[in-house]
Amino acid sequence: MNGQTVESSDTHYRLQLKGITKQYPGCLANDKVNLEITPGEIHALLGENGAGKSTLMKMIYGVTKPDGGEIYWEGEQVTIKDPSSARHMGIGMVFQHFSLFETLTVTENIALALGDDAGDLEELTKRIVEVSKKYGMELHPDRHIHSLSVGERQRVEIVRCLVQDIKLLILDEPTSVLTPQEVETLFVTLRQLAADGCSILFISHKLNEVRDLCHSATILRGGKVTGDCIPAEAGATKMAQLMVGDDTPISTDYAKSAGGEVFLSVKDLSMLSDDPFGATLKRINFEVKQGEILGIAGVAGNGQEELLAALSGEHILDKAETVNFADTAVGLLDPRKRRELGLGFVPEERLGRGAVPEMSLKDNTLLTGFLQGLVSFGLINQAKTEQFADKIIADYKVKTPNRNAAAQSLSGGNLQKFIIGREILQNPKLLVAAHPTWGVDIGAATAIHKALIELRDQGAAILVISEDIDELFLISDRLCAICDGELSPSKATTETSIEEVGRWMTGVFDSPQDAA
Amino acid sequence: MDIDLITNVFYAMVRTGTPLLIVALGELVCEKSGVLNLGQEGMMLMGAVIGFIVTLTTGSLALGFIMSIVAGIVMSMMFAGIALGLNANQVATGLALTIFGTGLSAFIGAAYVGVPITGLEPINIPVLSEIPIIGKMLFGQDLIVYLSFVLFGLVYWFFKSSRLGLVVKAVGENPHAANVIGLPVMRTRYLAVAFGGAMAGLAGGYLSLAYTPLWAENMSAGRGWIALALVVFATWRAERVILGAYLFGLASILNLVAQGLGYPVSPNLLAMMPYAATVLVLVMISSNVMKSKMYTPMWLGKPFHPHS
Repeated sequence: MNGQTVESSDTHYRLQLKGITKQYPGCLANDKVNLEITPGEIHALLGENGAGKSTLMKMIYGVTKPDGGEIYWEGEQVTIKDPSSARHMGIGMVFQHFSLFETLTVTENIALALGDDAGDLEELTKRIVEVSKKYGMELHPDRHIHSLSVGERQRVEIVRCLVQDIKLLILDEPTSVLTPQEVETLFVTLRQLAADGCSILFISHKLNEVRDLCHSATILRGGKVTGDCIPAEAGATKMAQLMVGDDTPISTDYAKSAGGEVFLSVKDLSMLSDDPFGATLKRINFEVKQGEILGIAGVAGNGQEELLAALSGEHILDKAETVNFADTAVGLLDPRKRRELGLGFVPEERLGRGAVPEMSLKDNTLLTGFLQGLVSFGLINQAKTEQFADKIIADYKVKTPNRNAAAQSLSGGNLQKFIIGREILQNPKLLVAAHPTWGVDIGAATAIHKALIELRDQGAAILVISEDIDELFLISDRLCAICDGELSPSKATTETSIEEVGRWMTGVFDSPQDAA
Repeated sequence: MDIDLITNVFYAMVRTGTPLLIVALGELVCEKSGVLNLGQEGMMLMGAVIGFIVTLTTGSLALGFIMSIVAGIVMSMMFAGIALGLNANQVATGLALTIFGTGLSAFIGAAYVGVPITGLEPINIPVLSEIPIIGKMLFGQDLIVYLSFVLFGLVYWFFKSSRLGLVVKAVGENPHAANVIGLPVMRTRYLAVAFGGAMAGLAGGYLSLAYTPLWAENMSAGRGWIALALVVFATWRAERVILGAYLFGLASILNLVAQGLGYPVSPNLLAMMPYAATVLVLVMISSNVMKSKMYTPMWLGKPFHPHS
């Protein structure tokens, strides 16, 4: 720590930010942000993706430096030059994308972050067990990270902060990777920590969680503070409007549909993962009907990627009859042949699998649109391709200078709209979409949900795999969950509850058979 | 076969495997930090020619070895400056280094081809070196072979129990996470590359000052490449690297013995044996995908921009 008193500020704040500004090329990420936290307070930082929450946190944790403004720590003005000085001041951070090393053990991971303070490994192991018991977060210090579930990995990150003398804990979107039950456990831990006098900065875009947990909230939009409030008193609508602005529709309810004939049927799908750290699929059975959206919930890494690969044709199966489109067995077909039979596919990674980052939108159109008469005799029909690209951009309101912009230059939400549009405009009979609104702002998410519902109403069968349980309840007609490569039974969305799906997500279900 | 022959085969096995072991240990450390340096062959040749010239002109073997090491480090820092400092493609940069080193060493050494020097002599440790079969192999070697035993132990211990070894592994697995928790990613990588260069230089010096005390163009004969393959097939584990290196040594010697005894096998097939046998055995022991992955530096060869 290199804190030098320049001017004394109000000392009852643990952390106080005054006019913090951060400029990135072409984007003002934080614009004169003020924020105060007292000891023992759980403070929410609310905002959409791209509102500047993560940038602000990185400055508090010393990963990046502010261009303007002052940071006061326990009343003294400080410059936080790197993460290790933040750590010495008593600031700990739990990242959204965990900073853990898969091939190392829990103890080794924690020792690495502590640097020279780690001391003897056996002593450290004892401290880890002690801390994890105290706060109800069970951990086995000798296990390797790759063998842990996402929830357990998060515990490692939290315990890593707690084994030191901690005064401020920052959590970046901690609940996005957890099952509803795990969220409850986490909240118990955080409340206990706060009761012990630790300040907590809780970054989220989920209003109900913030209302449940936090004492106060600061709301960011477009890098600026748009309001401070007490979440328990302020209405959800008011907080949501502060987050997204007045002009964005916040939520709609969609009518549910029973569906018609079965289009996609998966029978007894068992498969070893191509990835040694991946999940093995175990006797998966399900069906998706025309005019129906089936949602599959689950925490990442429980077999979603493997299931997607088996459906898209990236992983060719052993038996043709395992996957069927209507009456055609497709298990042995490659992705192109499956597309010819009516498959549309939105993979989980936008850049790299959904689109080629360096290529223009026009070229990315051709990537899956080649069946729409864009290619004849092995030559690209430029005019038709341009037309198709322009249609996607216009119909799905993709914000871009023109069709020649590189895919990587678009924001996540816009690129996702483009990819969804590209697939939907090909009139698929079956659309498989993975995490369709991951990292997308509310406006774009609403547009994507509407597009999916419209496609359903035109009679397409749709399979949505998502980690966002609220999204699945919003758009799915039927729900199930995947856990450790096994699929839960499915139920109509209106007949199940978040608690039940949450149990499925942890693997508690009677029979892996699909009830449909 | 009589006892003497067996004793000598084991002795020569270790001697022949030593340069491979040294260069592979260096590359192991380098790759564990996530940097793929394909310049081993070039660095070895530079180490060999510089060490030879220095010893020839000064008469000091010690100075020769030291300058071999320095030459390797200088070469590796050229690589690091381009591949790490400027974030260039590591494969292309490494290949360029090998081509550069091969050419430059031939140019510098042109006048010294075939000039004889007195090489490093074996030191027989009293009593121990008299043990039948393994005595000469373990205790009748020269100083650099003894040093390679120590180096193996150090590298093994480094990754098994040292904190710095953990840091190197972490940097090679996920440099972004390492950066965020405050580990010095770039410094670690530069040091790992420098160690790789020092080892390649030393291995080169061993070739021209001890193994065959003379300089010949391209005298490393692909050992740098075999070392690269060795590290991969040994799944980045020191104990398998030493196994593979001595296996290579054994196969090389058996090839000579077989030729000497006049077995009716094509000498070309026999000459292929060390390479084929080493790769084959290591492929067989590395077939467990899960276990291999545990030791693989996942960020190997990918550039890292700290501020993105």
